[in-house]
Amino acid sequence: MSIQTDQTPNTAPAVPAIEARHVSKSFGSVTALRDVSLHVDKGEVLGLIGDNGAGKSTLIKILTGFQQPTRGEVLLDGQPVTLGSVRQARDHGIETVFQDLALIDTLPVYMNLHLNKEPRSGPFLRKRRMRLNARRYLDDIGIRIASVNDEVASLSGGQRQAIAVARSVYSNARILLLDEPLAAMGAKEGGIILDLISLLREQGEVSIILIAHNYTQVFDVCDRVNLLQHGEITLDKKTTETSVEELLDLVANEYRRGGALAGDRGRLLNESRELG
Amino acid sequence: MTVGSSAPVTTEDAPPKRPPGRWGLVGNRVLRVRELSVLVVVIVLIVYFGLANSAFFTSSNIQNVADFFSSVAIIATGEVFLLVCGEIDLSAGMTFALVPVIMVSLNGEDGEGMPLWLSLLISLIFAAVIGAFNGVVSQYLRLPSFITTLGTLYILHGISLTIAGSTPLPAPEDGLLPKIFGGWTWAELTWTVVIVIVMQIVLTQTRWGAHTIATGANALGAAESGIRVRQIKIRAFVLTSVLAGLAGVLDGTHIAKSFDPNAGGSDLMFSAIAAAVIGGTALLGGSGTVVGAALGALLLAVLQDGFNIQGISATTFVIVEGAAILIAMTLNVYFTRFRARAKVE
Repeated sequence: MSIQTDQTPNTAPAVPAIEARHVSKSFGSVTALRDVSLHVDKGEVLGLIGDNGAGKSTLIKILTGFQQPTRGEVLLDGQPVTLGSVRQARDHGIETVFQDLALIDTLPVYMNLHLNKEPRSGPFLRKRRMRLNARRYLDDIGIRIASVNDEVASLSGGQRQAIAVARSVYSNARILLLDEPLAAMGAKEGGIILDLISLLREQGEVSIILIAHNYTQVFDVCDRVNLLQHGEITLDKKTTETSVEELLDLVANEYRRGGALAGDRGRLLNESRELG
Repeated sequence: MTVGSSAPVTTEDAPPKRPPGRWGLVGNRVLRVRELSVLVVVIVLIVYFGLANSAFFTSSNIQNVADFFSSVAIIATGEVFLLVCGEIDLSAGMTFALVPVIMVSLNGEDGEGMPLWLSLLISLIFAAVIGAFNGVVSQYLRLPSFITTLGTLYILHGISLTIAGSTPLPAPEDGLLPKIFGGWTWAELTWTVVIVIVMQIVLTQTRWGAHTIATGANALGAAESGIRVRQIKIRAFVLTSVLAGLAGVLDGTHIAKSFDPNAGGSDLMFSAIAAAVIGGTALLGGSGTVVGAALGALLLAVLQDGFNIQGISATTFVIVEGAAILIAMTLNVYFTRFRARAKVE
């Protein structure tokens, strides 16, 4: 499959805010990422799409310092950096919404919103301030949650996701990595989060990588889209220069190829059903 | 996409229809009441034994209750931190016995060795090393702590017996230090109350406490948030061992004026874990309270002492202790399900 690109990193006008160069990642004999290069400019929203298991989450985990690449490097503002831990990445202004949301069910909403960046005076948590902040963040986003003292376990999927998004957005992040932030959301809550991303895009200060399965959402809020297949970037185009149809076509080709390779499939199924 | 006339209405109504968090609040309240319910049971037992036997409220008997309560509560405090972050220490009862034995060995039976304060300090550092060993082996060799500490349980017991030669060593009695560390009548109880209050504050009001809960409730999520999960767990192991060692010093100095290498042991460790569980700490991690564990320890202490002065045999107490754990665990599981259901609705 040929790689379709409309621009190369070398001719990009500005230095990318975050860039992965020739990143590979293997887990034992399994190769999750193969020589992946990707970049996001300052204030740009990049949509990252691809099948389940294509390596999207692995790439996010490398960019956020949770995992280290087997080969390749990560650059921030053109400078190579080692992201050895989530803490280091956070110090560089990288915040992440993980696919599993990383919420603590037995802690209240306000504690989850400040997880591992709790304001303190001396050794003590400033719980009053955390509650106030939590209320302000949630009101600002427009997500309804009865009480910030509720345990996260008692909330709906959409509310939980909103908390995970709020936690990363209301920070000093320069780079936001959102791994399927809309997966568990209803249309209305999802719209609220998409509005939030559009707002950040208008401000132009934050660079965002958005992983999503819904291509319409990608075209709504993203400047550019990358397609990741089998651990390789197979498409890199501006959203204005491609279409939902083109992307669907590219992905559908994969299914068709997979089908053609296994023409014999289902024969045993038919036989056993006839016997039964 | 075609939108039916009723569709937008339901979309709009969806969030208010579900009263978010109401069930969670009720759950929280019931859980808090449950901590209170242990207190109620304790008070009922105290009133009952006080009415049934005039000897219960004599100062010597209250001391008996305090003695049993103290060592269990101190060790339970450490175990709460471990259980909350998803681990357990079965060797705490043996650390309890070994640390004072090491202290006396360093100090010399007639005080001819190192100064007492230095011996105490070194023996407590040794306790921290035991905890660090338990933590590092279970975290870096990825051995379940149940197995790791089962191993150290036997090793520590063996070391105690080897050093002390199977006979109790005399506890130092002269000077201020032995008075502070158990010699004074209420020294052990004072230590216990202070430790329980301080560690309850640490668990609920500090970052360490919050990260301990986070680690036990969702280790992967905590790690993704940049919390050093292994470090949090190792810290809990060190805390438990140091507290167990301190309890051993206090207990021997206070009660027997000697340190028995067979003191404490698995009985004491299981009582401490029972106290934590009765007090509402989840065995699988993510929630728990130090005050609850202390109340659990008090419940066990009052029960044991009450049975004792009523002339009911100690074996009956063991049956009651077992029943208390089963009831507490059943309630624990029930409330976990209750909360899980609240989450789905």
